[in-house]
Amino acid sequence: MKRLRFILQKEFRQMFRDRTILAMMFMLPLIQLGILPLAMNLDVKNINLAIVDKDHSTYTQKLISKIGASGYFKIVATAPAYKKALVTLENGTADIILEIPASFERNLVREGSQPLNVTADAINGIKSGIGSAYLLTVIRDFNQEIRLTGNGQSIAAPAMIDMASAAWFNPYEKFTWYIVPGVLVLLLTLVGGFLSALNIVREKEIGTIEQINVTPIKKWQFIVGKLVPFWVVGMIVLTVGLLVARLFYGIIPVGSLLLLYLLAAVYLVALLGFGLLVSTISNNQLQAMFIAFFFIMIFVLMSGLFTSVDSMPTWARSIAAGLPITHFMKAVRMIILKGSSFKDVSSVFIIEGLFAIGLNALAIWNYRKTQ
Amino acid sequence: MDPVINHQPPSPATAETAIECRELTKKFGDFIAVDRISFRVQRCEIFGFLGANGAGKTTAMRMLCGLSYPSSGHATVAGFDVYRQQEKIKQHIGYMSQKFSLYDDLTPLENIKFFGGVYGVAEKEIRERSHDLVRSLGLDREANKLVGGLPLGWKQKLAFAVALFHRPRIVFLDEPTGGVDPVTRRQFWDMIYEAAEKGVTIFVTTHYMDESEYCNRVTIMVDGKIEALDTPANLKHRFACDNMDEVFYRLARTARRSDS
Amino acid sequence: MKQLFVFIRKEFYHVFRDRRTLLILFGLPLVQILLFGYALTSEVKNIALVVTNASNDVLGQQLTNQLQASAFFKVQEQQLSPTEIERAFKKGHIKAALIIPSGFGSDFIKARHATLQVLTDGSEPNISKTVLQYVTAIVQDFQRAQQPATSVAFTITPELRMLYNEEGNGSINYVPGVLALILMIVCTALTSVAVVREKETGTMEILLVSPFKPVMVLVAKAIPFLILSLVNFAFILLLAVYILNVPIAGSLFLLFMITLLFIATSLSFGLLISNATNSQQVALLISMMGLMLPTIIFTGFIFPLENMPLPFQWISNLVPAKWYYAAVKSVMLKGLGFAYVWKEMGILCVMTILLLTITVNRFKIRFT
Repeated sequence: MKRLRFILQKEFRQMFRDRTILAMMFMLPLIQLGILPLAMNLDVKNINLAIVDKDHSTYTQKLISKIGASGYFKIVATAPAYKKALVTLENGTADIILEIPASFERNLVREGSQPLNVTADAINGIKSGIGSAYLLTVIRDFNQEIRLTGNGQSIAAPAMIDMASAAWFNPYEKFTWYIVPGVLVLLLTLVGGFLSALNIVREKEIGTIEQINVTPIKKWQFIVGKLVPFWVVGMIVLTVGLLVARLFYGIIPVGSLLLLYLLAAVYLVALLGFGLLVSTISNNQLQAMFIAFFFIMIFVLMSGLFTSVDSMPTWARSIAAGLPITHFMKAVRMIILKGSSFKDVSSVFIIEGLFAIGLNALAIWNYRKTQ
Repeated sequence: MDPVINHQPPSPATAETAIECRELTKKFGDFIAVDRISFRVQRCEIFGFLGANGAGKTTAMRMLCGLSYPSSGHATVAGFDVYRQQEKIKQHIGYMSQKFSLYDDLTPLENIKFFGGVYGVAEKEIRERSHDLVRSLGLDREANKLVGGLPLGWKQKLAFAVALFHRPRIVFLDEPTGGVDPVTRRQFWDMIYEAAEKGVTIFVTTHYMDESEYCNRVTIMVDGKIEALDTPANLKHRFACDNMDEVFYRLARTARRSDS
Repeated sequence: MKQLFVFIRKEFYHVFRDRRTLLILFGLPLVQILLFGYALTSEVKNIALVVTNASNDVLGQQLTNQLQASAFFKVQEQQLSPTEIERAFKKGHIKAALIIPSGFGSDFIKARHATLQVLTDGSEPNISKTVLQYVTAIVQDFQRAQQPATSVAFTITPELRMLYNEEGNGSINYVPGVLALILMIVCTALTSVAVVREKETGTMEILLVSPFKPVMVLVAKAIPFLILSLVNFAFILLLAVYILNVPIAGSLFLLFMITLLFIATSLSFGLLISNATNSQQVALLISMMGLMLPTIIFTGFIFPLENMPLPFQWISNLVPAKWYYAAVKSVMLKGLGFAYVWKEMGILCVMTILLLTITVNRFKIRFT
């Protein structure tokens, strides 16, 4: 135990002398949390709409102004023919084309039904999906309206179902509320993952590891000595991150801060174990960087940072379940946004705890003092 | 350049064994880096290990330090087996590699404290002795500057002092004076003698032949095998040479491999 | 010429000896294509929806059944109180709740006006919005089905067409994004590290004192990475076509030319970085943090550019990958011709020339 103290002392000294690490500790949370949530905005609004109105009737006027008033759409072009409108889709000015056929109003009244063409640029799945769904909803509403104010025809007012809805925990459904806790997790993962992955391998490259390997130091002491300082960095990053979230975005965790820190503490041990494992595997820093990048990229993409894990196919969901970050991401959002309690996230504690033990055991096992 | 102190090892009959190798071998695939070497080093002896680049000196030394598993053969260091008791060996040896491997971003004092602590030296003792040590190395003014900024010669002296700090029974030095100026080399050898006088066994590799003259006994390795093992005087006599340079040249020119 | 050949061969040895890095270079696009193509769907499905049906009538049950039939939802029927719903949200067990009040059926039939309540978990706003859309659509269908046949008059039937991606293929816009990302890693990160490594180990000096022209040193360095990039380009296209079933709609030749141009831009970038730095670590940091992140964010392949604050949109114009991404999207996915991408190609050309001029100038200043 006494030896461990000396190792820790040395690691802390080296860390606080390293300008890069200090900068990473304070600047990275500021920059990442300052930029990423603004950039990572999957909020679907301002859907650019091109309209081909071949009818020019009262109905189409009403429909168009209803679409404009919905707040989701920006009408960027009105074209006389579909071909003309298609150009706007091709060059990216418009996302969706709404084509209203000639004699739309007349035929609707006479024949009781009329088609409308909605063409979406489906390359961006999120935008085309949600955008066209919005448009269809507006059209349906419009349809409902004209039925009620039916053109001279006597229609018995149809029975109505009113939908009252409320989004809990985030009543205005702000995307930043969703993404900021996610970026916070991303931040911890990037800082912890890369720093730890590059550390031991750096001692290998400089040659100092040789001098360590020839001492009677225990393998676990060495790994723990490496882990603890990064753990402290992680906790500082988390603190700075939470402050930024509060000051920039007004996001104050609803749940217990203590719970959040406890969970982060366990997660960090697991993550750092992973980083140190990468470091013991690699031969040089370039390799360590690439291996770490490869895995951290998978972690981030699969974690549900910006796409829902539930919507993934089964195989992908089982991969996601096998990553520590997925559970942590979910739990952090639960605690920050919904105020979930210890009981709600207790399973996450167990999972992260197992990861922490497993990954660190692997790192210790894989670190060879004797080749 | 004669050593200042004329160190005499104890006579073989009474001496304890510090290191013993029998048929020690290391293979990397088909390549036999160290080929069945056998020797015995007594306590307090300064044992020189000579050879061209790639002769297998460093590999042999790494096995004895517990940094690398032998492929076959037997060896004990400080009475401990190199296969099963590496960690016990490490408790009793000091090691200085050919590449400077203290921490550049720590000060001399911090390096001493760290390695002392890792070897389990009591904190009080570290505090007391580290300052004396820094003073005796002439590093008082640099004690609180980072090691990275020191000239190579001072770094090497510091590394040697660190390797000795926990009072090991045996010190392994891998080309300790590579790239160091003659004056510093001289000082370095004074330090080695001083340590040997205090009862430390010195195992040193070098390719400076004048340095081999300072050793009590010298081994010359060629292509992984031990070609000669004796006192410098006996070797010169046997090969009828004036100096160790010639001895070495005669043995080493038969070598088929070198890493250059 | 022979000298150059010898030189290039040496560079190839460097590249192909580090097997792990090479493995990752090909593993990276494979994994990215698979993940982006299959795992990161923007579609919303399997949403855990709890239906609290207090109505106990036929109509309420019918509505529940209709929700159950939809692939979007995993419906659980449970009588939950508001606090129990909140608890379920907090546990993360459900994403939405539909409350059918008692007397729903009779309200609808007799009073001709019924109310439903939808509660969603707003902590995932996109899901919450989509859920509301889906539930509303299903309820409206349900409502229409209940009307007597006469009132079906005035029916607008929107016909939805998904252009460029008729099958609703996961997210094909990721393919050009992955291309840009991988080319950036190979051409910029690896190239800069390769040059800086020679500086660190001191072998650069040896090369520069050789009778070989300094600029040729750079050319020789760049060529293995150029070839590696083209191999990777072909690999990614094959993955896209055969695994993701994303057809190449436009001219393959045009696509190749655009890619060649982008490779030139990225290589120039890599050479500039290696010129400006002296340690591998700094080169890595600049190319990974300084280029990868902007590439991921500012190309708009994951996050739409138009959602970003204006200054970000301005900055994005400086990122070469943005123009490459736009051009590849037009040619590969939309099947458009040169007339639609000349602007992007022109910008990449100008960027390349600019970067190369700076690099060569700096190189001359340093070594002559």
